Amino acid sequence: MAPMKVYGWAVSPWMARALVCLEEAGVEYEIVPMSRCGGDHRRPEHLARNPFGEIPVLEDGDLTLYQSRAIARYVLRKYKPELVKEGDLEGSAMVDVWMEVEAHNIEATLWPIIRHCIIGQYVGRDRDQAVIDENLEKLRRLLPVYEARLSVCKYLAGDDITAADLCHFGFMRYFMATEYAGVVDAFPHVKAWWDALLARPSVQKVMAGMPPDFGYASGNIP
Amino acid sequence: MAPVKVFGSAVFANAARVMACLEEVGLEYEVVEVDYTAKEHKGPQHLSKNPFGQIPAFQDGDTMLFESRAIAKYVLRKYSKPAQVDLLREGNPEEAAMVDVWTEVEAHTYLPAIAPIFYECVVYPARLGTSSNQKVVEESLEKLKKVLDVYEANLSKNKYLYLAGDFFSFADLNHFPYTFYFMTTSHASLFDSYPSVKACWGRLMARPSVKKISDGMVLRA
Repeated sequence: MAPMKVYGWAVSPWMARALVCLEEAGVEYEIVPMSRCGGDHRRPEHLARNPFGEIPVLEDGDLTLYQSRAIARYVLRKYKPELVKEGDLEGSAMVDVWMEVEAHNIEATLWPIIRHCIIGQYVGRDRDQAVIDENLEKLRRLLPVYEARLSVCKYLAGDDITAADLCHFGFMRYFMATEYAGVVDAFPHVKAWWDALLARPSVQKVMAGMPPDFGYASGNIP
Repeated sequence: MAPVKVFGSAVFANAARVMACLEEVGLEYEVVEVDYTAKEHKGPQHLSKNPFGQIPAFQDGDTMLFESRAIAKYVLRKYSKPAQVDLLREGNPEEAAMVDVWTEVEAHTYLPAIAPIFYECVVYPARLGTSSNQKVVEESLEKLKKVLDVYEANLSKNKYLYLAGDFFSFADLNHFPYTFYFMTTSHASLFDSYPSVKACWGRLMARPSVKKISDGMVLRA
């Protein structure tokens, strides 16, 4: 069986979402590196894989998939269905709930902070503190709900790790490298949950490809 | 067995999303109104059902859920009679993956382009008395055209009847609420330039489930 291929740049938090699920699933895969600054994602050969011109893209034999959460679900269903609690009606619903919460609240709140605190300085964009503050406020309203949830169970969908937790990794990784990590640390159960994620071999392996500055300072511009 | 409950009426696009799925599986359900203007969704009773204070929430016996797409999938998994309704295709990994792809595209690519047009043209004028921000509308229309270019190519190149393939799926159904609301604006004719998309939309609107729920989607100021 040919290994799966994942197209994209490893520093991307969206790519990380797919990669951490591939690692947890124990699947053989290879990364096909692409250059964001070189515009690889807009070239015809990539548009043939993903007509929206985005990464990551997964190839598994004849199947080509995009959208990081669709990739995550496909890989986990196929190789580690317990991570999506397949066959468990209430369990799979909780996985879905917290994947949706992440999708509609966390990514949208953390990414602007990450862009302005980390990336901006390397791409000539002025730091907009108002944008940072607005999103920190949103985060401060979200975290108490997470704290309450993680006070009653160890992970978001229950006492076992699932796709819901893993899907948070990429954006959390970079947010926690900003000066605002303390906002999360102020919530002890959220902090413990994040520390537990960091301790996982899958997370450590993917994180090794994600320098906190996205590679800009060392000249490895994504 | 008490009927399942949806907290939030069909006028809320995300509640309509859930109700369309309930109609598809033919399950009896009760709608509990949540008074948005009175900020009932931020009050303690609703927060106990949806801790993020959003609409909808859902109850099935002891099971409480929120997030419309999560609720919808739970309903489809629990209550679909496979011979009749299989909108998730979870028995077929490749098909299920395509359903997921186009469900994600709706949430993260289609919706951010189409929803602002509806909010600027209908919701904000009705709720806040403001006039539409034409800049936002124009930018959103440009984004939406680029998105629809891809949808049109996908449907026409593959000669698919529906987004994930030749089968109607959860991915198509997810497009219903916000597309319906977009079609109530003066920009509805944009879809005329995308014949395959327009035909797919026609098929979606023709479904009894969608027709029934859209009847309840009358925006009250």
